[in-house]
Amino acid sequence: MVELVVFILMGVVALGGAIAVVLARNPVYGAMGLMATLFALAVFYVVHLAHFVAAVQVIVYAGAVITLFLFVIMFVGVDRAERLTEKLAIQRPAALVALVGLVVLAGFLVVTDRFDWVITSGEAAEVRGTVEEIGANLISSDSAAGPRASRWLLPFEATSLLLVVAAVGAISLAFYRPRRKDRQDTAGGDPGQEQRSK
Amino acid sequence: MIVTADWYMTLAAVLFLVGAAGLLLRNNALVMFMSVELMLNAVNLTFVAAARAHGDIGGQMAVLFVLVVAAAEVAVGLAIIVSIFRSRQTASVDDLSELSG
Repeated sequence: MVELVVFILMGVVALGGAIAVVLARNPVYGAMGLMATLFALAVFYVVHLAHFVAAVQVIVYAGAVITLFLFVIMFVGVDRAERLTEKLAIQRPAALVALVGLVVLAGFLVVTDRFDWVITSGEAAEVRGTVEEIGANLISSDSAAGPRASRWLLPFEATSLLLVVAAVGAISLAFYRPRRKDRQDTAGGDPGQEQRSK
Repeated sequence: MIVTADWYMTLAAVLFLVGAAGLLLRNNALVMFMSVELMLNAVNLTFVAAARAHGDIGGQMAVLFVLVVAAAEVAVGLAIIVSIFRSRQTASVDDLSELSG
C-alpha cells in the first residue's frame, strides 16, 4: 500500500520532470525538470533497497551533473531563442513516425508478454545494495566475502581508465584555441579570445 | 494492490520514450543532451527493478557503471558544446551541418 502511494507520487514527479525537459522553452527549467526526475528515481531506488545507488544518484546526478549543465547553460546563454523550424523539412514528420513506431513496438512487446522474464515465479531473495555489499562485489580480498568478492573488478578498473581519458579529453578541449587563419574565417569570434591569446 | 516489477518497467519505457522524443524534436544541443541523460536513467530504473525481481545484485552494479559512463560522457560532451559555442556562437545542432570545421 505504501509502495503504491510512493509509486504514484514519484511517478507523477518523474514524468512531469521528463516532459518539462522536452517542452521547456528555457533550458534552465528543463534542467530543473531533469533534477526532479532524478530525485524521483532515487526514491524508487530506495524502494528497491538499492541504498548506495540512491545516494550516488543524488550526489553525482542531481548534484554534480545538473550543476555542470547549469554552468554550461549560463555560459551559452539562456535567452537565445531556439528556431522552431528544422533545416530538413522531413525531419519532424520522420521523427514523429519513429516515435509512433517505438510506442507501437513497446506496446506490442508488453501485450505479447515478452517481459515475462522480469516477473520470476515465487519470491526472489532480497538483495540489499548496501555499501558493504557493493564494495565486496567491486573490490575485496576478504575471504569472508565468498564468491561475490571482486566479481566486478575488471569493469571497475576499466571505468577508472575511462574517467582518466574523459578528464584528459575535457581538459584538452578546454585548452584548444583555433589557429589565427581559421579564426578570420569564423564569423563573429569571441572578442575576449583575441586578448587572451596575446 | 501490489506494485510489481512491470509497473516500473512500464514507467521506465515511458520515460525512455519521452527522452527519445526530446532527442528527435529539439535542436538545442544542451536539451538533446539532457534527453540522453533521461534515457540513460530510464534504463537504470529497469536495471534496479530487475535486480529486486531476480534477487541479484548485478543489476545495481550495472547501474553504478552506467552512472560512471554517463558522468564521463557529460564532462566530454559539455566541453565539446562549450568549444563549439566559442567558435560558432551557437548551441543549435542545425547550424553545425556543413562539416566544414
